[in-house]
Amino acid sequence: MRKFLFCVSALVLAIALVVPGLAQGEESIRDKVKKRGKLICGVHGGLPGFSFLSEDGKWSGFDADYGRAIAAAVLGDPDKVEFVPLKAPERFPALQTGEIDVLIRNTTWTLTRDTQVGADFAPPTFYDGQGFMLAKALGITSLEELAGASIGVTAGSTTELNLTDTMRALGIDFNPVVFEEIDTLYNSYEQGRCDVVTSDKSQLVARRQVLKDPEAHIILDATISKEPLGPVTVHGDNKWNDVVSWVVYATFFAEEHEITQANVSTFETDNPEIKRFLGKTGDTGKQLGLPQDWAHQVINAVGNYGEVFERNLTPLGLPRGVNKPWTQGGLLYAMPFR
Amino acid sequence: MAPLLKPMNVPFWRDVRVLRVLLQILFLIGVFLLAGLLYTNMLRGLSKLGLTLNLDFLGNEAGFDISEGIEYTPSETYLKAFWVGVVNTLKVSFIGIICATILGLIVGIARLSSNWLIRTIAAVYVECFRNIPLLLQILFWYSAVILKLPRVGESISLLGGVFINQRGLYFPSPEPTAGLKIWSGFLLAGLILAAVLYIVRWRQLQQLERPGFRAKWALPGFLIVAILGWFLTPEKPFTLDFPVLRGFNFVGGVNLSPEFSALLIGLSVYTGAFIAEVVRSGIQAVVKGQREAARAIGLNEGQTLRLVVLPQAVPIIVPPLTSQYLNLAKNSSLAIAIGFPDMFSIGHTMMLQTGQSIPVFAMIMVSYLIMSLTTSAGMNWYNRWINRIGR
Repeated sequence: MRKFLFCVSALVLAIALVVPGLAQGEESIRDKVKKRGKLICGVHGGLPGFSFLSEDGKWSGFDADYGRAIAAAVLGDPDKVEFVPLKAPERFPALQTGEIDVLIRNTTWTLTRDTQVGADFAPPTFYDGQGFMLAKALGITSLEELAGASIGVTAGSTTELNLTDTMRALGIDFNPVVFEEIDTLYNSYEQGRCDVVTSDKSQLVARRQVLKDPEAHIILDATISKEPLGPVTVHGDNKWNDVVSWVVYATFFAEEHEITQANVSTFETDNPEIKRFLGKTGDTGKQLGLPQDWAHQVINAVGNYGEVFERNLTPLGLPRGVNKPWTQGGLLYAMPFR
Repeated sequence: MAPLLKPMNVPFWRDVRVLRVLLQILFLIGVFLLAGLLYTNMLRGLSKLGLTLNLDFLGNEAGFDISEGIEYTPSETYLKAFWVGVVNTLKVSFIGIICATILGLIVGIARLSSNWLIRTIAAVYVECFRNIPLLLQILFWYSAVILKLPRVGESISLLGGVFINQRGLYFPSPEPTAGLKIWSGFLLAGLILAAVLYIVRWRQLQQLERPGFRAKWALPGFLIVAILGWFLTPEKPFTLDFPVLRGFNFVGGVNLSPEFSALLIGLSVYTGAFIAEVVRSGIQAVVKGQREAARAIGLNEGQTLRLVVLPQAVPIIVPPLTSQYLNLAKNSSLAIAIGFPDMFSIGHTMMLQTGQSIPVFAMIMVSYLIMSLTTSAGMNWYNRWINRIGR
């Protein structure tokens, strides 16, 4: 009986201890990252050019570089970042539960995700569109010829919904073959389980590189959707979303003004906006809750947008397309540093 | 003696009867507190993310397509999509349970065979398949066996319009015609005849006081009428819809998809190994003397098994068999690894598309719970029934 009483009182005590713990006020992830001294960044992990573990055990790719840029801005060191590879279905739960600080994983900005999934989006870093890859030998050039084909797609993606929408609009019957894992998808495409595979064009290009015979596969010209891909933070943490957004703007800004990794430390200018950008005047750092030289750190770590792109995506044969500064007719537009 | 029987005047906090009740109430309060705490904590977490908890989304258009299952179009609701998944889960579990039981029964008996080769093969099968994780086996059947079959263009063609390729097994499907009605009449007549023959044979067996096969006359009787009817009907009751390669894929006929096949094979072979052990242990649990006595009165090996050993082994086998059935149904959720659209896999897609993970998880859990409780209720009923007639 004593033992039992003890158990009950222990339970009550535990509850009493846990309640205030749960009720504690919210701390911005920005401050948590600073305290921890390390950024935790969710990435794809299996997508050459965007994020993958190279042979020497280092993460490389476009998304990985953005993770480093954020670490450089907050902590002053691009290497203080831990990358967590996530499958598509895991990404939002990981973000919601605080397992990761920021998600940079080819995530398309949609209304539902913005409002219902507990995600807040930073400016897109890559404007993509959904395309189709199939064997060159089939001799197919348009979507209309895909009637009756087995089309492979990943589960729970915007891709899956776009595919269904487009085919319904065109009145084309097809057999969906839905996979949870991207590796299973491309493996079964290569083995012939599906005739066509559909995804963001950048992913198709990246994945084609690692197929057995890249030359034997073509990507159709048709683009069936807009896929603005960018970093995502958890809904409601505005301070942290500001930090991530302005790190992205910093890379855009630097390209607009031709500030590069090589010249950022020696950049001489009379332009007051650039001076503010480099932290020589003004207090942009203080306003964001970051060190004064945060933008300098970002460019010093990864370079401007063009450099990040050329280092990671140009080798895959991806053209810059609309992913150019607005001054050159592209969509990249940094908000004023004021 | 009287003073001892007199109720003592104990204060209530030392009265065991009161304390017992009191402690149970306290414990219950503790449990409710904990549950309430977890629930409010979840709600707080959700509201922090700007999410709400409701089931309204189930009426929205799903928008994603499902590769196989009952009739469904992407413009139907999430609820319908989920139902497609439930039916797929039931389908694979039901067929899987039947296949696993047959396989397990055969192998279980084979393990006790007096033939060294049969015994050893059965033992190797059991030890291999029950000691390798199921997920690995399903992936093996899928990518190493089925996807390695010839491509669509080079399908293996069997007699009677059956095709095998890496997109599955295609065979002709029967399409009913006007003749079906007439043939149904013959079938009905056959059934009535069979019922009469069954009763006659049963009576005869009772009179002879000998065990025997009761449907010995009924079965051939029914078959003769059915076959006669088939030829006497002016129009054939069914025409066959043959699968034809058109464009990318075969159209027409029935298709057993590679995902379904791999999952079914994986589940049946894995669970079959466990059921074999259940059957073997059940048979071995029957006292040896029963078998010896059966042989002594002149029953042969088959009769001993069928009339003496199995009837006594079944009540021992059924409870662990139920657990195996439940395991099989739950293991079918591994379908998600190879892209078979079962309940879990579709629920998962719904979670991702709507962000409503908690309601969808609750739906999945409740569905599995209903399935499992129904299965075990059915098996418990069967167990009581055989125990009643067995004694």
